[in-house]
Amino acid sequence: MEDYLEIAGRRFSSRLMIGSGKFKSFQQNKEVLEASGAEIITVAVRRVNITDKDKENLLDYIDPKIYQILPNTAGCYSAKEAINTAMLAREATGINWIKLEVIGDQKTLLPDMEQTLEAAKILIKEGFVVLPYIFDDPIYAKKFEDIGCAAVMPLAAPIGSGLGLQNPYNIIFIREAVSIPVIVDAGIGSAADIPPVMELGVDAILTNTALAEAKDPIMMAKAMKHATIAGRLSYLAGRMPRRTYAVPSSPLKGVPYKN
Amino acid sequence: MRIVVNGKDMLFGEQITILGLLEKLELSKEGIAVAVNGEVIPKSKHDSFSLKDGDEVEVVKVVGGG
Repeated sequence: MEDYLEIAGRRFSSRLMIGSGKFKSFQQNKEVLEASGAEIITVAVRRVNITDKDKENLLDYIDPKIYQILPNTAGCYSAKEAINTAMLAREATGINWIKLEVIGDQKTLLPDMEQTLEAAKILIKEGFVVLPYIFDDPIYAKKFEDIGCAAVMPLAAPIGSGLGLQNPYNIIFIREAVSIPVIVDAGIGSAADIPPVMELGVDAILTNTALAEAKDPIMMAKAMKHATIAGRLSYLAGRMPRRTYAVPSSPLKGVPYKN
Repeated sequence: MRIVVNGKDMLFGEQITILGLLEKLELSKEGIAVAVNGEVIPKSKHDSFSLKDGDEVEVVKVVGGG
């Protein structure tokens, strides 16, 4: 059976997406990317350091011809900041995809949904393929689909928290509410957190900190690759019903010495 | 002429274009984006776009991020 992820008309065979933040080196990031099997990698846009110039460029290590680069608007706290950052990202990379993040609070890094929706509307008009980072809110998820977003990216838990999926029911509601891809972003702590999310029928997972902060990021990338595949196959296979009491797996008839 | 580049005040003696600024600061011309007073100026205009006194310039590039 052919099973692929399609975002804005582009097909991907991997359902794991990774970030490029907090790795020890560009080389390590590249090795993690290769081990993960991911085809989509997020990047950020930041000021060039004008006094201390680093000659190395992340995109020298990650070939945009092979991988789909997904610039983000991390660090933006208003629609206006996010729009300006998206414009800069498109100019710097020549890529019109944007992972739209408008953060509402420094402590939790939870998204400001009102500002995110406003920014998404404008960026779509400007010709961007918009993938918004959102709260696990099915009502808002539908609004993002209605205005033309290419996917929605609800959180599993706060960014960098590693807490794993906190509210499976909201993710199920989102899955039911929209027909665009649902990519669960933020909060994954390890490979073990991935299958329960994929089993809900979401289309993909995005993770960064769980890789960068693993003792062995490359091994974790391999584990996550398999975990994502396992979760997807398990979803497609369909799980058995949950029961309160035991049901024997062996025949009840013909038990030796029992009349 | 005073120009703010990435939040830093800089003084220039004469007229300078975006391209001139990038060269003067020895910044890469590839893989970057430049905005002047909040508006992105496409690379094709970097050699003709003259900066004015008080302009606020942002020069950015791609870095690792989640």
